[in-house]
Amino acid sequence: MARTALLGRVTWRVATVVGDVAETATARTLRLQVADWPGHLAGQHVDIRLTAEDGYTATRSYSIASAPAGDEVEVTVEELPDGEVSPYLVRDLAVGDPVELRGPVGGWFVWRPSQLEPVQLIAGGSGIVPLMAMLRARSQAGGHAPVRLLYSVRAPDAVFYRGELERWRDETTLVYTRVAPPVSSRLVGRVDARLVMEACWPASRAPTCYVCGPTGFVEAVSDLLTAAGHDPARIRTERFGPSGGTR
Amino acid sequence: MSDDRTIYLDGNAAAGPLSEVFAVDLTTAVAGCDRCGAVAAVAAARVYADAPGMVVRCASCEAVLLRVVEAPERMWLEMRGIAFLQVPVLPASPP
Repeated sequence: MARTALLGRVTWRVATVVGDVAETATARTLRLQVADWPGHLAGQHVDIRLTAEDGYTATRSYSIASAPAGDEVEVTVEELPDGEVSPYLVRDLAVGDPVELRGPVGGWFVWRPSQLEPVQLIAGGSGIVPLMAMLRARSQAGGHAPVRLLYSVRAPDAVFYRGELERWRDETTLVYTRVAPPVSSRLVGRVDARLVMEACWPASRAPTCYVCGPTGFVEAVSDLLTAAGHDPARIRTERFGPSGGTR
Repeated sequence: MSDDRTIYLDGNAAAGPLSEVFAVDLTTAVAGCDRCGAVAAVAAARVYADAPGMVVRCASCEAVLLRVVEAPERMWLEMRGIAFLQVPVLPASPP
């Protein structure tokens, strides 16, 4: 697995949708079966390509949500209102359909089972997806690395993997930016310096920090972590864009 | 959240197209910027994906490091903004 990055040319192959889960009203997990899937590391992504009848193609990157498991891989797709690719993946693609996929790719924003240092995961919205792969891979590896998750989300009904996240209830802090649940000890608001202080590993524990979300969120959180004394070299980021490369 | 600046992604976002060309994961490679001399992982560069292709810029000086354009049957890669690449070499595999 450590050699995933050196498997040679990665190119397009046809996957088959073998299952799906509605995560929210606008997000769906697709379980894809890929023949000869080489395995992946938590945090890696795949590119998905759609081709229209006239030959027009659109490619987007989606983070892998699942821990390595045979020849199956899961992605969770959030529908963007004006998206070219995501509405099709969330609304139209059916179980049994083929879809073109390239991956796994990316060796930077990854967590490896050999990492035993504390891990700080910070997600904004659908940025939870690759961090969920890390939580799952960590459990698969025996759960030895101390972990904390700070998950910033618009409202309770926008939370992905709600049931499964209960497993890590003690390690997880949810913060709502627009609407909080009726019974909540927390005020509605954005991630700030106080929350970083309360909910994250202190810099003295030297955690590796993984921050994933929209560009503005990632910028703000990276600055907060650096201001709290975290070594910038231990902060890994993955930004989600509105078009082009991601979603 | 979004302001006047163009939204950019991390170099990670270019991993897919680059994996078509390179046998190693180029996003974990270290690149030297030909303009300002900054040395950083490609994953830490800025990717602008709104153009017809992807434009990867130096996080220090914003100079273009590389551009990649994919079409259904071919792709183009231009890298003249990169002075050098440093890639990890792994020890020999056990038999």
